[in-house]
Amino acid sequence: MPINVNGRRLRPAALVAAALLTAAMAGCGSSGDSSATNPTPSESAVPAADAPADVIGINDPWVKAADKGMTAAFATLVNENDADVTLTGVSTEVSPMELHEMAMKDGEMVMQAKEGGIVIKAKSSHLLEPGGDHLMMLDLKRPVQAGDELTFTLTFADGRTQSFTAVAKPFTGAEESYNPEHGMPDMSMSPSAAS
Amino acid sequence: MTGSDPRVVSRRGLLAGGALAAGGALGATVAVTAVGSDDPATRPAEMTPVAEIGLAVEPFHGTRQAGVATEPQAHAAFVALALRPETDREALGRMLRLLSDDAARLTQGRPALADTEPELGLLPARLTVTFGFGPGFYQAANLDERRPPSVAALPALRIDRLSPHWSGGDLLLQICADDPLTVAHAQRVLVKDSRPFATVAWVQQGFRRAAGAEPGRTQRNLFGQLDGTANPKPGAPLETAVWVPDGPSWLRDSTTLVIRRISMNLETWDLLGRTDRELSVGRRLDTGAPLTGTDEHDEPDFDALGSGGLTVIPDFSHLTRSHVTEDRLRILRRPYNYDGVPGADGTADSGLIFASYQADITRQFLPIQRRLAERDLLNEWTTPIGSAVFAIPPGCPEGGWIGQQLLG
Repeated sequence: MPINVNGRRLRPAALVAAALLTAAMAGCGSSGDSSATNPTPSESAVPAADAPADVIGINDPWVKAADKGMTAAFATLVNENDADVTLTGVSTEVSPMELHEMAMKDGEMVMQAKEGGIVIKAKSSHLLEPGGDHLMMLDLKRPVQAGDELTFTLTFADGRTQSFTAVAKPFTGAEESYNPEHGMPDMSMSPSAAS
Repeated sequence: MTGSDPRVVSRRGLLAGGALAAGGALGATVAVTAVGSDDPATRPAEMTPVAEIGLAVEPFHGTRQAGVATEPQAHAAFVALALRPETDREALGRMLRLLSDDAARLTQGRPALADTEPELGLLPARLTVTFGFGPGFYQAANLDERRPPSVAALPALRIDRLSPHWSGGDLLLQICADDPLTVAHAQRVLVKDSRPFATVAWVQQGFRRAAGAEPGRTQRNLFGQLDGTANPKPGAPLETAVWVPDGPSWLRDSTTLVIRRISMNLETWDLLGRTDRELSVGRRLDTGAPLTGTDEHDEPDFDALGSGGLTVIPDFSHLTRSHVTEDRLRILRRPYNYDGVPGADGTADSGLIFASYQADITRQFLPIQRRLAERDLLNEWTTPIGSAVFAIPPGCPEGGWIGQQLLG
């Protein structure tokens, strides 16, 4: 099942709510509220005894299904460690990839490579989501169909790596080129953009 | 999965929900307090605090699917999908993994993956999502030999006035919850994830009494009749009537579902007096008791004669024509009312989404249906306008998906 990552059981409502809280802090990359992000240490992302210790917890990973071109992967990254963790790279067999962020540039929201990687602060979680930081897939070799499961490998600043599987979801949002300040989303992808 | 009482989500889940709503007006404890302003000791025992209704959870994973033996929720949406021509066995697997994951999350009070309205996923209100496979599903998977033989379009009946708008369908999503907003959100999520694979054939939305309004009572339809009195009782009778006890993994612990959309003509029903209404059914309207008894669950006495020498319960009454005594011949009715918009002249568009579960449609449903079609006084005021049949495959364990025994 896609909700299982590397043998871990994903944590239900608590982490989801934590992710929502994080999302609610608009523009804030990570939540420093450890009481919200880590309410259940005994149950959160404990690695299996016989597996190599994972660097971080990867919750609710998913990919936006796409026939060709660009798309992106998303997840909630959970750092239970006492030290910050820096994500410096990501790869998959299906496409070249980059770590991306959305940033204001010349008064416009644009997507760009994230210099220095993505920092997941100690005892905190970091949301990769449409409109925010994401794992960018630059040029698909083959269609990513709804329900496909894709394997990704994260690389961290200290050289460690960690793989996870994400399921492809039909999703009409996540238009990384969408500029909410100056125009409408691509109409072919967002048929109901009425506002 | 079945037969277990719904439980309230864990304190942890409750706190998480509360944290989400922190600063808002929706804190779960606030709702409890508002309802329970009286001393709890003096509150009627059957009164359910509001927050418990919203947070109550039905299991998703298990050997059997929920939403069949589950105590019926207040609201339902029956969503029938038509598979796209290119949706084959492999694509069906992808589709059902996605939809099972959505159902597993939403039924447990967690937003779906990539949920665009995650706040709507936090109050499950006993949400169940039950998957059904129509005859076309097996054809699309090229597995027609695995289709339960009785899962086929019903034989044409004299009383039918079927519309294609309410009939057929390859994949059914039966979505039930005690909260209509929860049903709407689940329907939206599931339909969105279905779109690469299927189109929407029809949707039937229905309701019963609100959660907690009449606990443990047989539901009433819009004719005012109690509806479902003769259902097999929980335990051995229901086991025998509903569940397939053996066979290959894709049949064991499965059942079948017949959905009939029954238009009820409230205009002509209005012309009947109370006595005639009760004679047509063979039961009293107030208690649901057979006309020969005093309690809803009294056994009817079909031989009892009235003063005029006729049987007290008319030979052509609904009760007489539909009566079965053997559990293996019973059906489990789990109907919902529908109530559309009246015409300009006030003519009602009302009726019943008749949902019947049974181990074998041919053995159980069809004989009853044939007897009713042949002679049933109620036919005068009711018209079947939609018909669909589905296999309800077994459930799935945690980490599994509905349909994996068939397709995997």
